[in-house]
Amino acid sequence: MKFQSQSAAMPYFIFALALFVGQIVFGLIIGLQYVVGDFLFPEIPFNVARMVHTNLLIVWLLFGFMGAAYYLVPEEAETELYSTKLAWVLFWVFAAAGTLTIIGYLAVPYATLADITGNGLLPTMGREFLEMPTITKVGIVVVALGFLFNIGMTMLRGRKTVINIVLMTGLLGLALFFLFSFYNPHNLALDKFFWWWVVHLWVEGVWELIMGAILAFVLIKVTGVDREVIEKWLYIIIAMALITGIIGTGHHFFWIGPPEYWHYLGSIFSALEPIPFFMMTVFAFNMVSRRRREHPNRAATLWALGCAVMAFLGAGVWGFLHTLAPVNYYTHGTQITAAHGHMAFYGAYVMIVITIISYAMPIMRGRPNGNSRQAQTVEMWSFWLMTIAMVFITLFLTAAGILQVWMQRVPESGQALSFMATQDNIALFYWLREISGVIFFIGLLTYIASFFVKGDAVEVAE
Amino acid sequence: MAERFTKSMARNIYLGGSTFFILLFLGLTFDTMQAMPERDNRENLTESVANGKLLWEENNCLGCHTLFGEGAYFAPELGNVYQRRSMGNDEAFIGYFKAWMNAMPTNVPGRRQMPQFNLNDQELEDLAAFLKYANGINTNDWPPNVEG
Ligand code: HEM
Ligand code: HEM
Ligand SMILES: [Fe+2]
Repeated sequence: MKFQSQSAAMPYFIFALALFVGQIVFGLIIGLQYVVGDFLFPEIPFNVARMVHTNLLIVWLLFGFMGAAYYLVPEEAETELYSTKLAWVLFWVFAAAGTLTIIGYLAVPYATLADITGNGLLPTMGREFLEMPTITKVGIVVVALGFLFNIGMTMLRGRKTVINIVLMTGLLGLALFFLFSFYNPHNLALDKFFWWWVVHLWVEGVWELIMGAILAFVLIKVTGVDREVIEKWLYIIIAMALITGIIGTGHHFFWIGPPEYWHYLGSIFSALEPIPFFMMTVFAFNMVSRRRREHPNRAATLWALGCAVMAFLGAGVWGFLHTLAPVNYYTHGTQITAAHGHMAFYGAYVMIVITIISYAMPIMRGRPNGNSRQAQTVEMWSFWLMTIAMVFITLFLTAAGILQVWMQRVPESGQALSFMATQDNIALFYWLREISGVIFFIGLLTYIASFFVKGDAVEVAE
Repeated sequence: MAERFTKSMARNIYLGGSTFFILLFLGLTFDTMQAMPERDNRENLTESVANGKLLWEENNCLGCHTLFGEGAYFAPELGNVYQRRSMGNDEAFIGYFKAWMNAMPTNVPGRRQMPQFNLNDQELEDLAAFLKYANGINTNDWPPNVEG
């Protein structure tokens, strides 16, 4: 570790992984409720467990991004973090707010939670991914401001690299677009329109900047390729991300009220959105094949390459599959959406956070050359278990989705099967998804276990 | 990438491209906002509808159902439930809706369960009004059929 204060990233990474475990436990619960409808009912209804599953995902990714920033911004800027103490205080504030919110979800009915947190004063709850109470949202804004201040001051004091600037832009954008979660008009169509300004402009906009910056950082470290080359790639990737992704928001405006011209704009621009993801794949493989050193942390390199590939598959290929308006007319809001959501989130954002953890954690634990060979072997096993399980989750959900479209959407009114009857007919695929989910969970536990594997310290080959 | 293509060219594409498309997006948003009054059924957005929307949110209905295809995929689409169940008659819809909500949960073993939300008559009427209002928004003929 170049600077002592980089270790502020440590609690963020550890807590992120703990929440990841929680996310998957609840994923397994809702996956089972899909086929055993009364499982845990009425103690934990589906909507509650789903909210825990998705909100834990978002929150642990945010922890991961913050950890990544605390680690890499000082190193890039070549200076200590502005305030390690602030980083720790904000960690506890965010961890406490997150934990209390999850306890709130599970302990009382959602309507009661809305009541006791004063949702009536400024109603923001009850919208997908943004279910947390308004006061939790305010807490997130406060933490984000403190965090951006800390990172911003660090940057200003030191070297201003392209990676730092891009990461900072992405994080600022993340905070800025989150503010739209406070806008919740009575007018449903407007509510939905601006809800996408949070969700789409995050995952297909500013988060791609964050992802690109982290990927570029790790690639510089593990390949030793010249910074100039990497920075050029980074610029062109994020250029394509924003050029396609901003107007690409239109692929969500097809059926929620806005005028029909979005069918053209949304289809055309979002059909180009795979380009930046494809470039990330080419970029990652290119840099690794032009490497100037054999970095002993092979696991981190594997995660970086896997991330680029899976992001392209999940976001690029599975996104393209249903993004053209005439296709989306039939697939909108089916299991095909869920298939895409899973692989895209896993490939792009779960894997980029694990990539930086895999690279940085050994260094923070006093192992500059990465974990022992034995530990890396276990870690690589977890990579394959989780990644292959996710491929199968995606394939089974896609199969379920195609059948759902076929039975419920394609036939005319009167002929079409009802939603519930369709679900009964495709239950087999939900069972298969659940089995893949168990494998995913085993992969995750293997990953956690890799942190505890001892073994011989790694010597550098050179 | 070719030698000729320099980092500063890449940076200019990024800055120029993103600025241009942000501005274009803002312009399109402005235009959409002009078009919405004709499409979003705001003339029927009564106080009862607004309260219905709040109830919809505070009971996290979207955690199981979709509304215009957005939300969870565990339970049926409700953006067009008015069309599916009313046969064009408000009284019939409210009657159906109250009976439905009060009958939950079904407790059929193994079947997906919807919770009992303990809403009073007025609240149920507000929710029904909200669903009727939602059904009136112009969604470019989505969903493809009445099953949603
Ligand atoms: C890493 C980037 C991405 C992530 C994390 C992601 C995630 C998601 C998620 C979670 C949803 C469901 C939202 C909901 O609940 O309603 C969604 C919807 C959608 N995504 Fe993505 N996505 C990404 C990239 C893309 C790309 C690049 C495309 C197009 C090429 C795309 C096309 C779509 C479309 C068309 C929908 C709407 C599906 C529907 O109509 O139901 N996504 N995405
Ligand atoms: C054991 C593995 C998992 C299982 C069994 C599982 C199951 C589920 C289920 C049943 C839903 C609800 C679908 C609905 O709304 O009806 C869901 C939603 C979701 N899960 Fe998972 N999940 C798993 C792992 C993951 C992972 C690893 C991620 C992140 C990479 C993830 C991200 C999401 C997202 C983003 C949604 C919302 C999807 C949307 O709105 O389209 N899940 N999951
Ligand atoms: Fe999108």
